[in-house]
Amino acid sequence: MSALFPFHGGLKTVRHKTESNQTPIQAGILPPRLTVPLRQHIGAIAKPLVQPGDRVLKGQMIGQPDGYISAAIHAPTSGVVSAVDQQPVPHPSGLSDLCVTIESDGEDRWIDREPVDYHRLHPSELRQTIRNAGVVGLGGAGFPSAVKLNLAGRSEPLATLMLNGAECEPWITCDDRLMRERAAEIVAGLQIMAHLLGPAEVLIGIEDDKPEAIAAMTAACAGTSYEVRPVPTRYPSGSVKQLVKLLTGRETPVDGLPVDVGVQCFNVATAYTVYRAIHCGEPVISRVVTVTGQVHRPGNLEVLIGTPFAELIKQCGGYRDGVERLIMGGPMMGFALHSDEAPVTKAANCLLAAGPAELAAELPVLPCIRCGACMDVCPANLLPQQLYWHARAKEFDQARDCHLFSCIECGCCSHVCPSHIPLVQYYRYAKNEIWAQEKEKQRAEQARQRHQARMERLEREKQEREAKLRQKAPVRTEVVPHLDPLISVPSPTKGEGSGQVG
Amino acid sequence: MRFKTVTSPHILQQNSVGQVMRRVLYAMVPGIAALVWFFGWGVLINLALATVVALGAEAVMLSIRGKPLALHLGDYSAVVTAWLLAVALPPLAPWWLTMIGVLAAIVVAKHLYGGLGYNPFNPAMIGYVVLLISFPREMSAWLIPHGIGQPHALSLLDSLQIIFGGAGSLPVDALTGATPLDVLRTRLGLGQTVTDIRNSPVFGVVAGQGWEWATAGFLAGGLWLVYTRTAAWQIPAGLLGGLVVMSTTFYLIDPQHYAPPWFHIWSGAVIFGAFFIATDPVTASTTPRGRLIYGAGIGILIYIIRGFGGYPDGVAFSVLLMNIAAPTLDLYTRPRVFGEKQL
Amino acid sequence: MIVAVIALGLLAGASGLLLGFAAIRFKVEGDPMVEQIDAVLPQTQCGQCGYAGCRPYAEAIAAGEADINRCPPGGQNGIAALAELLGRDPKPLDPESGIEKPKMAAVIDEQSCIGCTLCIQACPVDAIVGAAKHMHTVIARECTGCELCLAPCPVDCIHMIPFAPSITTWKWTYPAVEVKAAA
Repeated sequence: MSALFPFHGGLKTVRHKTESNQTPIQAGILPPRLTVPLRQHIGAIAKPLVQPGDRVLKGQMIGQPDGYISAAIHAPTSGVVSAVDQQPVPHPSGLSDLCVTIESDGEDRWIDREPVDYHRLHPSELRQTIRNAGVVGLGGAGFPSAVKLNLAGRSEPLATLMLNGAECEPWITCDDRLMRERAAEIVAGLQIMAHLLGPAEVLIGIEDDKPEAIAAMTAACAGTSYEVRPVPTRYPSGSVKQLVKLLTGRETPVDGLPVDVGVQCFNVATAYTVYRAIHCGEPVISRVVTVTGQVHRPGNLEVLIGTPFAELIKQCGGYRDGVERLIMGGPMMGFALHSDEAPVTKAANCLLAAGPAELAAELPVLPCIRCGACMDVCPANLLPQQLYWHARAKEFDQARDCHLFSCIECGCCSHVCPSHIPLVQYYRYAKNEIWAQEKEKQRAEQARQRHQARMERLEREKQEREAKLRQKAPVRTEVVPHLDPLISVPSPTKGEGSGQVG
Repeated sequence: MRFKTVTSPHILQQNSVGQVMRRVLYAMVPGIAALVWFFGWGVLINLALATVVALGAEAVMLSIRGKPLALHLGDYSAVVTAWLLAVALPPLAPWWLTMIGVLAAIVVAKHLYGGLGYNPFNPAMIGYVVLLISFPREMSAWLIPHGIGQPHALSLLDSLQIIFGGAGSLPVDALTGATPLDVLRTRLGLGQTVTDIRNSPVFGVVAGQGWEWATAGFLAGGLWLVYTRTAAWQIPAGLLGGLVVMSTTFYLIDPQHYAPPWFHIWSGAVIFGAFFIATDPVTASTTPRGRLIYGAGIGILIYIIRGFGGYPDGVAFSVLLMNIAAPTLDLYTRPRVFGEKQL
Repeated sequence: MIVAVIALGLLAGASGLLLGFAAIRFKVEGDPMVEQIDAVLPQTQCGQCGYAGCRPYAEAIAAGEADINRCPPGGQNGIAALAELLGRDPKPLDPESGIEKPKMAAVIDEQSCIGCTLCIQACPVDAIVGAAKHMHTVIARECTGCELCLAPCPVDCIHMIPFAPSITTWKWTYPAVEVKAAA
């Protein structure tokens, strides 16, 4: 086995994987109504292509990517669009976003699916196919994969293509089950990615608490040069930058991406959807979701995007007593849902119904005693205590100087804090404030420029008018009528000016 | 169905400030046991008195500041301060001495600076220094340890009477004597050599009789603290390293006028200070390199104060001086962040 | 005595030369203070401060003619930023100039608009489009919320609408737990 390059910090957390990884992936039931958010990815929200009343087929594109960093959205089943409006989506705010609601007709009828031979396609056509299939990172971030599969503009060839099967968060087992059951398909998807990127090596990182998945993936990689690399079970080894360091020893620069050090990394489930898109002609309309915690029959379900979480819970036997929080994602980085009516999205890897047994008791917050326990576990090698002092005092400049934006919000620091300070929330707060301030600054700068342009235009108009008057009455220049540009009647030039602005 | 929403992470390790503080208390037990064996009941009476006064003062200050009592008394930080100070006091110190020290520590050094987590100076050491400067005579009246000359057999009652009622008819003066570091300092001043002085009965194998066993106890507890990661290893390592470098240098220059490094390490409050006092996280530097420098600074200052200053031991002053430097150390010893270019 | 006088004289001369050199070498062009103050102001150009826009107010502050607490859109944060920049103590907003309000954008009720163009002329950032006798509309993205278009409108068809919270503008809040524990 090749050498590993451990990252600083990290934690041994509780695992709780066996609750849900003992049974095969079950097909989800077809719900009567699906609510499909048009923003399930990083980047611009997709443009709706349908209107209420439209009939749609399963796999039909209902949202078009709007710009380069955006992703397509597809109808998960056949039926009638009943609404295109604001609906609650899974988000820490509990707010609504633009969604397409589809009443299922129960027939689940597909569009014409056209598998393609990717060897025959030009790389840009292949990327377009993947983009039109709505493939985004399924590890949780939801970054459009077609963008990451394009290396145009990079001078050096890619050194490493990496597949992330670490799944380091407790409770989540969807990638584990997918690797056990569909390793060949994942590797087939990986081949397509390798075809596009042309990497020198292909590595698959899997935490060593998943021996079955490691065995299945190793078997599927037989005959290829792809290498499965078990990594120690240490949270957060599944974080991209940490996994890249772990497997290649290369550290992604502070403000950079793994591709800056010659590595491109995808989630195993993403590779699986690439396979479906190319070999089956099926866009991303379903995903495997781990449903675990305080439910009667925990397990993994392959459900349609847009299925309400409540349906998943129902299929898993319903809640057991004492569910306090419903967490989307893992207990370390996931967020608590406001309601189980929100729909499954591409980023929803796990639904954890948490009761007192899963959660730590809410403990009183004490002052920071500067013990440095947070520093010892920080995988980004930050000084969380200093970040905390600055964020708490709202000293955002200093927080940024202390590399606030290197924080990956993994939650290790809050996890070990003896004073139970919600450190991660402080960092999120500070980051959000900095972003908002920056946006505000941009807006102000824009307003300043527009104001300046207006003043210049008014000045120009005034001079033009004076020149005209002088032409008309060249002798009597001393009685030029006073014209205040601010209350002047609209002139053709003015209309032009406004038109340019519009 | 609606749910509670709380920010991630949703699982927390079961630890607390109280647990950290209790570990410090447990780690002090072996050293305290040795002190009790060699110096009698007075040590325990001091501890009990300091604890009661500290908790009382803490409760009063908390209620004045409008903080929840149960929550903050349960963090054991006041008890730790009380014990650290009590261990540093002479075993038969009068009750008012202990009380003044504890009040200075809890009321002034801790709560007037903002309470737990906000105090820039180590409260126990502030208390100690206030006493050392204000009551030098009482602070130097250490008991002669059990086993030198006549074993003193002060009963619990006698001890209580001395502490709370003054010496009365008891021959206290006969029971107290200079500490080993005092002896070393005074006699060096008289022109004697280190070898001659070390032959005096107050010295044991390595350092002071009796004291050396208490030191061993504190070392054992301190190593356990480091092992459980309750205390940062860098601070004692830096402290002892700084002291060793200084004392070895001077010892090699002139062994007759400068005591050997092992004597310095094992004497006075060095081990206790390195593992229990300097490692107070609130007032120490918080970065790995900063802690090493912080520790080394204390070690060097201890040697300078012992060798060239006006006091026989300098742990308290050294710690307080380095407390001032801690924020600056934090600022300049930030570790390299993941992905940051090598500095 | 002589030596001391000469030494001091030389020292003074050397320092003088050094200062003179520094003054030339590190000369600052223009008046950066006005630029810096202007950069902190919110650029709504609303005139609530009593000046014709943000830049005139910045010039007035730099000249010492205006106080730093006269900008309601900047709010308490803006005053704090100005105080920090100018090395003064922050003070509460001057109620004479207005009160701090949540950010809003102007919206024209298109049914009632008569197309008089008065609001177009009032808008300091050209954020209203339209022509005479035609309906006008506000470019929401460019509106600074200065409210200068409200007064000129003869039919009162412009309203200020606060920004609705959305997923893209939602922010994590300052943790409240700490406040409770400290209380």
